[in-house]
Amino acid sequence: MLSTFQYPKFEYVRPPEIAEGKEGYYPVVIVGAGPVGLSAAIDLAQQGQSVLLLDNDDTVSIGSRGVCYAKRTLEVLDRLGCADEMVQKGVSWNVGRTFFREEEVFNFNLCPEPDHHRPGMINLQQYYLEDDLIKRARQLPNLEIRFKNNVIGVTPADDRATLRVETPDGAYTVRADWLIVADGARSPIRTMLGLDIDGKIFMDRFLIADVVMKADFPTERWFWFDPPFHRNQSVLLHRQADNVFRIDFQLGWNVDPEVEKKPEKVIPRIKAMLGDDREFELEWVSVYTFQCRRMNSFNHGRVLFVGDAAHQVSPFGARGANSGIQDTDNLVWKLKLVMDGKAPATLLDTYSEERCYAADENIMNSTRSTDFITPKSTVSTTFRNAVLGLAEQFPFARALVNSGRLSVPSFLVGSRLNTADSDVFAGTMIPGAPMDDAPVAMADGTQWLLRAVGNRFQLLHYIPDASALDAPTAQALRSLVDAQIPVEAIVVAERGTAPAGLKTLIDAKGRVRERYDLREGTSYLLRPDQHVAARWRVLDVARVRAAVARATCNA
Amino acid sequence: MALNTQPNLHEPGKRHFRAFSPGDDFYEALIDTHRDLTDEQSAMVNARLILLLANHIGDISVLREAMQIAREGA
Ligand SMILES: Cc1cc2nc3c(=O)[nH]c(=O)nc-3n(C[C@H](O)[C@H](O)[C@H](O)COP(=O)(O)OP(=O)(O)OC[C@H]3O[C@@H](n4cnc5c(N)ncnc54)[C@H](O)[C@@H]3O)c2cc1C
Repeated sequence: MLSTFQYPKFEYVRPPEIAEGKEGYYPVVIVGAGPVGLSAAIDLAQQGQSVLLLDNDDTVSIGSRGVCYAKRTLEVLDRLGCADEMVQKGVSWNVGRTFFREEEVFNFNLCPEPDHHRPGMINLQQYYLEDDLIKRARQLPNLEIRFKNNVIGVTPADDRATLRVETPDGAYTVRADWLIVADGARSPIRTMLGLDIDGKIFMDRFLIADVVMKADFPTERWFWFDPPFHRNQSVLLHRQADNVFRIDFQLGWNVDPEVEKKPEKVIPRIKAMLGDDREFELEWVSVYTFQCRRMNSFNHGRVLFVGDAAHQVSPFGARGANSGIQDTDNLVWKLKLVMDGKAPATLLDTYSEERCYAADENIMNSTRSTDFITPKSTVSTTFRNAVLGLAEQFPFARALVNSGRLSVPSFLVGSRLNTADSDVFAGTMIPGAPMDDAPVAMADGTQWLLRAVGNRFQLLHYIPDASALDAPTAQALRSLVDAQIPVEAIVVAERGTAPAGLKTLIDAKGRVRERYDLREGTSYLLRPDQHVAARWRVLDVARVRAAVARATCNA
Repeated sequence: MALNTQPNLHEPGKRHFRAFSPGDDFYEALIDTHRDLTDEQSAMVNARLILLLANHIGDISVLREAMQIAREGA
């Protein structure tokens, strides 16, 4: 098979615990250097926390696996300092075509809402994503990654977790105040701790092939329901970086995966699909089944589960890595506050609550896609085909065609960290909402709202002319940093410069005002993970402090 | 009134943050209605459903238009 990607081989280094024959200690240990463990490690290290990351392998994801990385994930990766490389390397597509039997029934243009930094999603092989994350991780001196370090035992206690780790040089023991488990869908640690994960297995198999096209092929997403070259099943074609295309064939349950993986089986399928003599070469082939399930709780004392270890979804809708990276976005600031003694451990319960809610939404959306793509009964197939038949002519039916919904972040509307609105606002930036982006201008060169916020609590305060901010308000805004949990104030304005000691953010195209329904005096309290915590029409320092206390379980 | 063929699903008291959500909510409920039924039972459920909805819509000219499209297929 062809190879467009050279798998790096990361060096194994004999751990000091083995060299010195003693037990190690780290405040935080993360197990699993997949996309999720790496994101958690980078985030913590960026917050000034030293981290040990253990992985039993010594390279990146074998085969491309994850393909689609969504806007919210890219925004988190921006905060982690590594989205630029991915967006440059990745493929942004806008046109999707849906075929039913012999014909194209409709096509759509994602045509993203204007004035956001990141596209709705990019397509990129998972090994590139991980490679970029590892490069970023290596820039952080307080982050140590150990490859070929296999965790074989975990003993939890009230105030720590003790790990037994196997290496080519033998085993050693390491103690951690906190353990983040990112060891993937099979999660050996989940099993070691005897923790359950519930859900359902889908009785279906899918063949995925990464194919290098030798000829030009459009950058579009093509989805076939019941095509003539693959009767009664579905097929998906997607473009990734390096002219590599992902093809996904539904196979049904009663096939032999080993037989289906053979090139002599796969190549004719692809030839029939392409319908001509276009040249291609296979790069990677795999057959997978999937499950939709999640743990009841993602936090178990000092042990915190993230990513596939905590929850799994069907690949339709591309939510695995996307949601795992968003787990870490939610977890890390909370863990840091707890570790610093600035918030009680109950704050970590809200990690589990908020991300279980998000996992349920992800499972719901990908199950719905799966049920549409692979109907389970005659009547369900009839409805599905009726929808597809009507879709060519009728917009309402097009809206019902579900070949996978874009991965979008959850609105954490029910979270106990939110302070409920007491004033009236239009739009969707309600407490619990993931923030909308917008173009801005700042003295330090920042051009996007989501690049100006994150990593700490912040307050956006709107006034048309920043220079006109009165002295008492300026003083009140400045006073917000003087607290156990500081709040950085940012003055949002159309023009002018805020008084000394305050940042000014110019709403370059009026989009911030529009998307957040800003009026003079409107103030938004933002969480470190770029979610709205509270908002008011007038600034009141006492209420801001109360909302921060609420958002950190200090109330 | 003419037959509305634009997306038109919504649910009182429920806020949808994504355009695809109301349609997907409906579709899931529809498929759930048929869960574990035989084909014959499903056909009966569909018939009842059409009768109930037809009465709710009321306007026979709208129903005629829908029936014609449904029969012709698309
Ligand atoms: C066909 C397919 C298509 C997909 N498409 C998408 C998509 O488009 N978008 C998307 O977001 N997701 C997609 N996914 C899902 C995505 O690949 C996973 O969700 C993602 O890899 C999960 O990341 P993770 O870091 O939680 O786990 P993993 O990537 O599985 O990483 C776990 C790591 O832990 C290590 N490890 C395990 N046990 C131990 C141990 N005992 N000691 C030390 N290390 C250990 C492993 O070596 C591994 O490096 C797809 C998956 C498949 C199979």
